[in-house]
Amino acid sequence: MPETNFITTIGLEHYLVLSAVLFSMGMAGVLLRRNLIVLLMSVELMLNAVNISFVAFSKYNNNIEGQIMVFFVMTIAAAEAAVGLALAVSIFKRFKEVNIRFFEHLKG
Amino acid sequence: MDHQLLIAILLLSPLVGFVLNGTRFRSQNYVLAGAIATGAVVVSFICSVMLMLQLIDADPEHRRLTATFFEWIAVGGLKINAGFVVDQISSIMILIITGVGSLIHLFSIGYMHHDKGVTKYFAYLNLFIFNMLILVLGDSLVTMFVGWEGVGLCSYLLIGFWFSDSAKAAAGMKAFITNRIGDAAFIIGMFILFFTFGTLNMYELNALAPTVVEASWLGAATLGTLMLFIGATGKSAQVPLYVWLPDAMAGPTPVSALIHAATMVTAGVYMIVRLNPMFVAAPNTMMVIAIVGAVTAVMAATIGLTQFDIKKVLAYSTVSQLGYMFLAVGVGAFGAGMMHLMTHAFFKALMFLGSGSVIHAMDGEQDIQLMGGLKKKLPITHATFVMGWLAIIGFPLFSGFFSKDEILWQAYSSPRGSVFLWMAGALGATLTAFYMTRLMALTFWGGSRVPKSVHPHESPAIMTIPLIVLAILSVVGGFVGVPHVISEYLGHIPNFWEHWLEPVIRRLPEGVSEHSATEEWGLMATSVTLALVSAFTAYRIYTNGKKTNEQIAKAFGPVYNVVNNKYFVDEAYFGGIINPLVKQSQNLWMYIDVNFIDKTTHVIADMTKGVGSLARSFQTGNMQQYAMYIGLGVVTVLTFVLMR
Repeated sequence: MPETNFITTIGLEHYLVLSAVLFSMGMAGVLLRRNLIVLLMSVELMLNAVNISFVAFSKYNNNIEGQIMVFFVMTIAAAEAAVGLALAVSIFKRFKEVNIRFFEHLKG
Repeated sequence: MDHQLLIAILLLSPLVGFVLNGTRFRSQNYVLAGAIATGAVVVSFICSVMLMLQLIDADPEHRRLTATFFEWIAVGGLKINAGFVVDQISSIMILIITGVGSLIHLFSIGYMHHDKGVTKYFAYLNLFIFNMLILVLGDSLVTMFVGWEGVGLCSYLLIGFWFSDSAKAAAGMKAFITNRIGDAAFIIGMFILFFTFGTLNMYELNALAPTVVEASWLGAATLGTLMLFIGATGKSAQVPLYVWLPDAMAGPTPVSALIHAATMVTAGVYMIVRLNPMFVAAPNTMMVIAIVGAVTAVMAATIGLTQFDIKKVLAYSTVSQLGYMFLAVGVGAFGAGMMHLMTHAFFKALMFLGSGSVIHAMDGEQDIQLMGGLKKKLPITHATFVMGWLAIIGFPLFSGFFSKDEILWQAYSSPRGSVFLWMAGALGATLTAFYMTRLMALTFWGGSRVPKSVHPHESPAIMTIPLIVLAILSVVGGFVGVPHVISEYLGHIPNFWEHWLEPVIRRLPEGVSEHSATEEWGLMATSVTLALVSAFTAYRIYTNGKKTNEQIAKAFGPVYNVVNNKYFVDEAYFGGIINPLVKQSQNLWMYIDVNFIDKTTHVIADMTKGVGSLARSFQTGNMQQYAMYIGLGVVTVLTFVLMR
């Protein structure tokens, strides 16, 4: 049974490593990039990295709850993207640029 | 009418007047303000007369009309009612307060009509009458103290009435603060009496007093009454707290007449007469009172010799005459003290109003060196002033003669009196005759020294009518208490005064010393002769005018200087008490407050700020920095959780 072998060789660890790598890349993007659009994309990357680990655990533990959680995450991500893009638009309207440093103006 | 209703109207009428005028205090309608205020006091006067008539009708042993409106304080054993009593003593006081008060209100309409604050002035005056009535009618020391403080407040407000002049405002504060010293002692006196006797009701205290026989200085009755007396020295301007009264002349002249001559300053004498059984139980206190009274009478009279401000002369004269009243009550002659209180209220109010009329005529000038010869210009003022002058120097058969000679006789003949007290009193009477004649001579007689720019004119009728009424009272007021030795020659006029007060005056336990009528005649003749000789001397010296003043000043040299500077008492108070106190306060401020308390709070504030700025440095507003903190936080927590 090569297929089963194949599947068993790609174990939980591989998914988690992938998830961790993607999460770290997203995190690095959030911390280092200045462009708000890129920042939002990085946040999406982090969320999806988490989604991968949810699905992997779900499959591995044989229950459905992890996959249900993924739907929630995706919904939240959509909402967050909407709010984030709205902020980006208003920042752009005001400063003709979408650099994150303009948010410092919100400081009291 | 029911006496409770009468007492209520008596008390509330001036209060209503105060509210009516006080709520529209900016108005300059002096006719309306004066009418409201005077009307309010006249209503009170009518009530007083009706109460007096009811009292006369009553059985002599039960002459006491009470009205208790509500229970005011009830704490443990202390029960104070808002209770008011009209009896033999307070009935006299309310008649003086509302009677003389009405006349002075009337006079004020003329005197104050040009003043911008006339409505406020009348409001204060009504408030004063209200508080004074509370003072004399209250049935407990606490109720009395309410009025006692209230009249002090009104006195302060009216002395500083022209407060834009800082010297006058300062005079008001001086009066208030000096009074506070006495008031503190008054409160301590109340504590002592309450602690010992368990009540502050004056009738209960008086009823308990005969159970006390006290020879020591440290007994409760002695200490308590001594403290009350210190309170009286503040209110009634006695040594050592008299210094405020001469300065109080900064107020409008009718105020000086009402508050600082006729009524408020006699509150101390009234209080002692009110509590006479308690004071009789403390011979040491009585001795102190008599000595303080005698010293004050002489000392203030000597200062009066050198003053040139017409009101200052009268002020020192008031202090001196109050000294007589204290001398009287100090030797147990409470009736004589009360009688002098009444006659003094008449003739001193008359003279103060007269001086007001003079000042009014002189466009505000108060220096008698710039007067003289006003007799022709101010005939009515002069004629009435002469009545007051004859009364105060004790000219025979004028009111002051009866009261003053009764005091001098009692000072000599009472078991608690002595020949020294008589001598002090007689010396005071001699000096009084001198400075009052000097005042008359410099103001009204001799040649005119009035500046050309001033045109003196007689005051309007609204001011002269009160003068005339008071002049009549000053002449006849003494006949209510004619001494027995004189009444024999005047067709046996009964001594109403003595009979009236007899039930409320406690006799001295020592009994009465035996003295002959010859002695009384002799002393009387001596003091009257001394007074007349001194008056005549003053007349001879001062009708010539100013030059002789300088000669006198030269002749007496340093003595004149010391007296003219009021014995440097003010300077001594400043040097000995006020300045060191100010200096110590400054030290406390610099070293305790600034260097310690302020510094401590500043250090605490600085520390808080430091911690705050440290925390603030994390709040840069940089989102990525926040994200990094979150990340680092997660890593830290995870490290702890996983490595455990």
